[in-house]
Amino acid sequence: MVTEREPTETLDVKGESCPMPVVRTKQAVDDLDGGSLLEVHATDEGSVSDIDGWASGTPGVALVGQDERTVDGETVYVHHVEVEE
Amino acid sequence: MSSDATDSGETADAPPGDGTPDPVRVAELEARIETLETRLAEVEAEADGGDREMVIIATQGTLDMAYPPLILASTAAAFGWDVTVFHTFWGLDVLHEEASESLAVSSVGNPNLSVPNAVAALPGMDRVTTAMLERRIDDEDVATIEELRETCLEMGVELQACQMTMDLFEYDDEPFHDEVTTGVGAATALERMADADVQLLV
Repeated sequence: MVTEREPTETLDVKGESCPMPVVRTKQAVDDLDGGSLLEVHATDEGSVSDIDGWASGTPGVALVGQDERTVDGETVYVHHVEVEE
Repeated sequence: MSSDATDSGETADAPPGDGTPDPVRVAELEARIETLETRLAEVEAEADGGDREMVIIATQGTLDMAYPPLILASTAAAFGWDVTVFHTFWGLDVLHEEASESLAVSSVGNPNLSVPNAVAALPGMDRVTTAMLERRIDDEDVATIEELRETCLEMGVELQACQMTMDLFEYDDEPFHDEVTTGVGAATALERMADADVQLLV
């Protein structure tokens, strides 16, 4: 489940493979202020485990939700990453 | 914990008789506690993943083997790690502007390809297998070597080119990206590796 909160920013990495979803997420997070919520849209199935692992091992960020949606017949993995204050 | 250390605060080697602790000994213990507290803070910071370091020695210049160092380096940089990739021998071609555009896979002696060696050795077969891999990379939206190299540099990964190999292959600084570190050797790599948390040879 993802949080109901409105994301501060949305990052589209659909179509990109490992390691790009994690790398682009990190780059996006670096541009955000503390307290922001980043929503990441990926089609890479590995991003579910990778973004979780990345968030656990990276100070200053927290994965607050993950979800799976079907958009135009394609599975999109949605990740909510919070930038800590 | 022994019972006689807890009942009065006196230690076994305190001066006998007067019951007051030796000020020199107290100062020594305070200094020791301070040292240990500093070390504990360092260890806790390391455990948090805050100051991790990784060094990869990249020795291979085939299209397939060029990937793992750059994928691991960019991912580690995303974790906030301090990353160095030391490119030596054929690994140097990954940093070379021109050579990196024509990285190939070998068909001969490659058990991962279902082509008999007698066929794999035919002229042009490496071009065929390389084109097949390039098409798969494109179809699956896997990043190109150039994209990964640029991403690594953007994220602050230090890409180093071994000076000895540059001399051996008669490369000068020019074909390398400005941000690639040249003029470094095995001692530089080893020094970084000794301090690093993760060291890999690819």
